[in-house]
Amino acid sequence: MSQPIIISASPHVHSDRTSKKLMYDVVIALIPAFLVSLYVFGIGAFIVTAVAVISCLLFEYLIQKFLMKTTVTIGDGSALITGILLAFNLPSGLPIWMIIVGSLVAIGVAKLSFGGLGFNIFNPALVGRVFLLVSFPVQMTMWPTAVENNATIVDAVTGATTLGMIKEGLMFGDTMTTIGANLPSNLEMFLGLSGGSIGEMSGLALLLGGIYLLIRKVITWHIPVTILVTMAVMTGIFWVINPESYASPLIHILSGGALLGAFYMATDLVTSPMTKKGMIIFAIGIAVITVVIRLFGAYPEGISFAILIMNAFVPLINTYFKPRRFGSKIKSKIV
Amino acid sequence: MLKTFPKGGIHPPENKITSSKGIKRMVVPKVVNVPIAQHIGIPAEIIVDRKEKVEIGQVIAKSGGFVSSNIHSPVAGTVTKLDLIIDSSGYKKQCIVIRTDAKDPSNFEEIEEPLKMDIELEPKEILQRIADAGIVGLGGATFPSQVKLNVREGTTLDYLIINGVECEPYLTADHRLMLEKAEEIVVGIKILMKALHLKKAVIGIENNKKDAITLFKKVINKGDGIQVAALQVKYPQGGEKQLVRAILGREVPKNGLPLDVGVIVHNVGTIFAIYQAIQFNKPLIERVVTVTGKKLENPSNFWVKIGTPIKDLIAEVGGLPEGTRKLVNGGPMMGKAIKNTDVPVTKGTSGILVIAEEEASRGEAKNCIRCGECVYVCPMGLEPHLLMNLSEKGMYEKARAEDIMTCIECGSCSYVCPSHRPLLDYIRFGKNIVKKLENSKN
Repeated sequence: MSQPIIISASPHVHSDRTSKKLMYDVVIALIPAFLVSLYVFGIGAFIVTAVAVISCLLFEYLIQKFLMKTTVTIGDGSALITGILLAFNLPSGLPIWMIIVGSLVAIGVAKLSFGGLGFNIFNPALVGRVFLLVSFPVQMTMWPTAVENNATIVDAVTGATTLGMIKEGLMFGDTMTTIGANLPSNLEMFLGLSGGSIGEMSGLALLLGGIYLLIRKVITWHIPVTILVTMAVMTGIFWVINPESYASPLIHILSGGALLGAFYMATDLVTSPMTKKGMIIFAIGIAVITVVIRLFGAYPEGISFAILIMNAFVPLINTYFKPRRFGSKIKSKIV
Repeated sequence: MLKTFPKGGIHPPENKITSSKGIKRMVVPKVVNVPIAQHIGIPAEIIVDRKEKVEIGQVIAKSGGFVSSNIHSPVAGTVTKLDLIIDSSGYKKQCIVIRTDAKDPSNFEEIEEPLKMDIELEPKEILQRIADAGIVGLGGATFPSQVKLNVREGTTLDYLIINGVECEPYLTADHRLMLEKAEEIVVGIKILMKALHLKKAVIGIENNKKDAITLFKKVINKGDGIQVAALQVKYPQGGEKQLVRAILGREVPKNGLPLDVGVIVHNVGTIFAIYQAIQFNKPLIERVVTVTGKKLENPSNFWVKIGTPIKDLIAEVGGLPEGTRKLVNGGPMMGKAIKNTDVPVTKGTSGILVIAEEEASRGEAKNCIRCGECVYVCPMGLEPHLLMNLSEKGMYEKARAEDIMTCIECGSCSYVCPSHRPLLDYIRFGKNIVKKLENSKN
């Protein structure tokens, strides 16, 4: 034996899954949505994403190296994901300095001040996004029209999102029938030709990535499916009662950040519950808060707030929804 | 649908590279080191002296209490010394060192007894014989069998379950034994059924051993009351509680035993040892050991005398390959890493696994990303990440309340953790302290 024998406790084998691989799977899953946004928004989408990613990585490096003086972990993929998800939640024309401020809040405040990866309570990208939304409401809701060469396809959208148009229309006393005439069709929304943040464009692309995550077992169906079903049921009830004042469930699911939130933001491993039961409670909470904000709140979209609010409940959910201990409920089934 | 337990479990690569290798008889070693603590419970008491001549199968250390077991000489020879030798636990343990008498023919006889079907002994005699023969659970737990079979009057007992699962990757000792000694094992099952007055028995075998399942179905007669249950391949199905749940759907209560739901579980290896003890009055002095590893020249299964130094086995399979970094006594999931090849084979040694450089080291532990994998795979419904945290922070009372003591140490949590956290290490540590705290209270 050339080198000394290693003594360690069992198990002596390990699955080949690592947290790094999980993180890069999420990055891969986000590629289709990114390609769609490049097609729709052109170079603007690329600039926002690149700035967000670079500044997230850079802030993590600088803070860990000079402020916290710990091991630098920018290679683990988590800051990369934060950057991409932050960008995906921003309009494509946002000034670069605002993106940098958002990245600093996401990485510095929401992640590293809590202790870094695994210790943060709130989804960092969403904290960054919501910080920007409440600080710069005008710029954050200025949705650029699509690039020139695609203008003919998406000329229905001129500066507002689907949900924004509905909210505004309803506030001015229009009915859904009149508003609906100006809305993109469900198919257009599904393919990604409506307005909105960079990453929430195409339902199809987001679903493709979501299915990839499910197949790779990075996420389970519990959170996304529960969110979407609960949202559909809730908005469906209002829609059935009064279709003139409420948008259809399909519009609610395909528009705004519902799919992006359900598959990528709410499922964030660190900030979601650890049991299946807990995940379902968590997801129902997100869906209910989102729908309440969308239908009755001041903002047209509320899934970011909903996820952050439910993030705060995760420690509580983990405490009360535990897995059933083996043998704790004795079945008196003697054959 | 194949049966299995519902909650948790993993499916690591099986690597059963020795499953087609018949069991060969290992050369009788020149010297055997027989530890007196090869079982769970009180060590046996040495009853031989230095320079004393012993015969093969002679009791050399007597059961030291209720939960204890006799130890027999595996060879005919002379006791050279009573010494402290490092065993697979890593601690120095009292050993009886015997030099084999090269001239004594009883050492080299290879008698293959014909199948003996008739069970002559009465139930009480059977139990006594099992105790005398020093039989312990050969699946790895090494719990003295007579204690397990000592069922109190009035206990409802309706099933004997035979554990032929062998869910540990790499190991094939039980698989080979089932293929080569199926008829003997069936007689062994009948012996236990007679001793315990049982009408029903089930052999649980995972579906990666289809040949064994088919063979047992062929060997068992209709009127025997013995069934074969084909099980889905899933670790840790060989755990008693998981096995009972998989086969009968009964859940052993928390802190309870299979006995609480009317079941006794024995490993196939133990059953074969019982067959030999009852039918031929042979004590437990040898067992099947799988010597395996991806880089070994000729990994195989062997009949090995208890006390044989592991280096003899390694030499038999072509020596340690270049770049060996870890030696494991047992399987990769629950086996113990050993320090050198002088460690003797004991009653609990089901395999020797040789691990090369690439797989010997653990990945660097990173932050917990709260993915919940450990919670999903825990077959006991525990939260390993939480138990590790509590143990790490010294919150033992809380850890006890979170059922740390029900952990079966299967290692599924550590296996899946994407951040390579030493979950089971801390849980074991916590369990030890909780146990001490409980003992000091009593």
